[in-house]
Amino acid sequence: MALSAQIFQLLLTGITIGGIYSMVAIGFNIIYNSTDILNFAQGEFVVIGGLSAIMFHHALGLNFVLSFFLAVASVSFIGILFERSTIHFLKKPALVTLILITIAVSIILRGSAMLVWGKDSLVLEPFSSSEPLLILGAAIHSQMLWVIGIMVVVVLFLTYLFGFTLFGKALRACAINRDAAKLMGINTKAMVTLSFAMSAAIGAIAGIIITPITLMEYDRGAVLGIKGFSAAIVGGVGNSTGALVAGLMFGIIESFCAGFISSGYKDAFAFALMLLVLFVRPGGLLGKYEVE
Amino acid sequence: MTKHNLPLYLLFSLAILLFPFLIANEYFLTVMIVIGINALVALGLILLIGFTGQLSLCQAAFYGIGAYTTGVLSAKFSFNPWFSIAVGIVMACCLAFVLGLPALKLKGHYLAMATLGFGEIINIVFKEWGNLTGGPSGLIGIPQLALGGFMFDTDLRYYLLVWFIVLVVIAILFNLTNSRIGRGLLSIKHSEEAAASLGVAVATYKIKIFMCCAALGALGGGLYAHYITVISPEAFDVFHSIVLIIMVVTGGLTYIEGGVIGAFLFTLIPELLQAVEDYSIITYGFILLFILMFMPQGIAGLFNSGIKKIKGHLFNKVNVL
Repeated sequence: MALSAQIFQLLLTGITIGGIYSMVAIGFNIIYNSTDILNFAQGEFVVIGGLSAIMFHHALGLNFVLSFFLAVASVSFIGILFERSTIHFLKKPALVTLILITIAVSIILRGSAMLVWGKDSLVLEPFSSSEPLLILGAAIHSQMLWVIGIMVVVVLFLTYLFGFTLFGKALRACAINRDAAKLMGINTKAMVTLSFAMSAAIGAIAGIIITPITLMEYDRGAVLGIKGFSAAIVGGVGNSTGALVAGLMFGIIESFCAGFISSGYKDAFAFALMLLVLFVRPGGLLGKYEVE
Repeated sequence: MTKHNLPLYLLFSLAILLFPFLIANEYFLTVMIVIGINALVALGLILLIGFTGQLSLCQAAFYGIGAYTTGVLSAKFSFNPWFSIAVGIVMACCLAFVLGLPALKLKGHYLAMATLGFGEIINIVFKEWGNLTGGPSGLIGIPQLALGGFMFDTDLRYYLLVWFIVLVVIAILFNLTNSRIGRGLLSIKHSEEAAASLGVAVATYKIKIFMCCAALGALGGGLYAHYITVISPEAFDVFHSIVLIIMVVTGGLTYIEGGVIGAFLFTLIPELLQAVEDYSIITYGFILLFILMFMPQGIAGLFNSGIKKIKGHLFNKVNVL
C-alpha cells in the first residue's frame, strides 16, 4: 500500500476509535458538570449499550433501528437507576468515596453483563453492507463512516441542546453554580438524574456503533472509561468541544503510534500526553489555564 | 504509641505470633502472608490519603517497581536480595519524587488522573520491556530470601518475617502520626492555605509523604517478589491500585489500623468469593457498595465510634470529641 494511502487509512481508523473516546469523554463531562463526580462506570455504559443492542437484534429478533433505540433507552434507565440508588442519597461525601462508589457500580454492571451475556466476544453486523469501500487507495470499513456520521449528529444535537433550549441552559446553570441555579427555581436534583441518563445514552450510542468494528465483550469498559477520562482531562474537564478534539486526537495518536512506532507502547503515548497537559496546562488544551 | 492504642497493639501482635501455632494450615499461612504484604502497601496509602489528603491511583506501580527492581537485580544479575529490595525502595522514592514534584501541585481529580496515567505508563513498561522484565508472561527465577545461613523458605518463616516488618511499620506510623509531623499532615488535609499560614511546609511535607508511601509500596513489592518468585505485570496494574484504595477506604482511611483491617477484608473476600464462581464479580461489587454507602468512615471508624458510644453510656457523660 502506498504511504499516502496508509496514512489515510490510519487517520480514518484513528478518527473512528477517537470518536468513541470523544463520546465517552463527553458523557463523562455531562456528569462531571452537574455533580463534580468522576464517573468510573462510564465505560460500562458503552459495553452494555453494545451488548444489549446485540441482544435485542439477535436474541429477540427486533429490527435494527428499534434495537438501537431500545438499547439506548435501557442503558439510560440503568444510568437513572445508578444515580437514584447511590449518588442521590449522599450528602457531601469525600472525593475518594465517590470515586469508589462509581467503581463499585462499574463492578456490579460488569458482573451482571458477564452473567447475562457470558465471557465471549459478541458480533453485531455492520449497519450497511460489510464490503470495505476503497477511498484514495485505502480500504475503509463502511461502519467507520457510520461511526463518524453518528458522532457528528450527536455532537450537533448536544450543541443545540445546551446552547438553544431551556433544558440545556438549566443544565449549564447547574454546572456553573448549583446553589444559584437552585435559587432560580431549577430542580437541581432532577438535573443530576437527567445528566446521568444523558451520559448513559451517549455511552450506549458509542457502544452500539463501535460493536460492528471491534466486537464487544463484558470487560471492555474499564479500558474505554480510562481512555475517555484522559481525553476529557486533555480537553479540559467540563469542556465538551475540548473533549471532542482531545478524544479524536487520542484516537489518531494511538493509531499512528501503532502503525509506525510500536503497538505495545501506543497507550503510553496517550497517557504521557495527558501527564504533560496536566503538568503544563492543567485546565486542558482548550480550557482555562488555571484550575482550582 | 499512646495508652489508648498500646494495649490493642500488643494484643494484636500476640495474636499474630500465636496464629501459626494455633492454626497449622499451609493455605491460611499463605493467605496471611499476602494480607501482611497488602497491609504494608495499604499503610502507605493511609499515610498519603488518610492523613495528608492526597489521592494516588498509582500505588500498585510503586509496588511493582519494588517487585521488578529486586526481581531483575537478583534473578538476572545475581545481586544480594536484601540489597536489591533496598535498591527497589530507593528507585520508588526517586520516581515518586520526580512524579510528585509537578503532580502534587494538582488537587482532587487532577491529581487522581495524573497518578492514574503514571501508573498506566509504568505498567506498560513492565509489559513491553521484555528482555529485562520478561514481558507479559512474567519474570521467573527470583531467589528466596536468606539471612546468613537461615533460609526464609517455609511459609511459617516468611509469615514471621512479613508480619514482623508490618508490626514495626505500624508502630512507626502510630508514633509518626501522633507527633508534630502527623498534626502537620492533618492540617494539610483540612486546608493547605491554613496549614501554610501556620508555618507548615506544605509542599515539602506532601512530597516526603508521597515518597514514604512509595517506599512502603516498594517494600511490599520486594517481599512479594521474593515470596512468589514469579511476577507478571497484571499484579501491578491500575486495577490493583484501585483494589488498594478499596482496602484503605473500607478499612478506615483516617486510622492506621484501617489499612490492616482493609487488607484483611479485601484479601479474604475475593478468596471466599471463589466459591460462588460466576457470581463473584457482582457480589464483590455489592459488598463494596454496601460498605461505602453505610460505613463511609470504614470499619475502623465504625469500631471507634462504637467504642465511644459504649464509653459514653458506661460513664454517663457527654463525649465531646
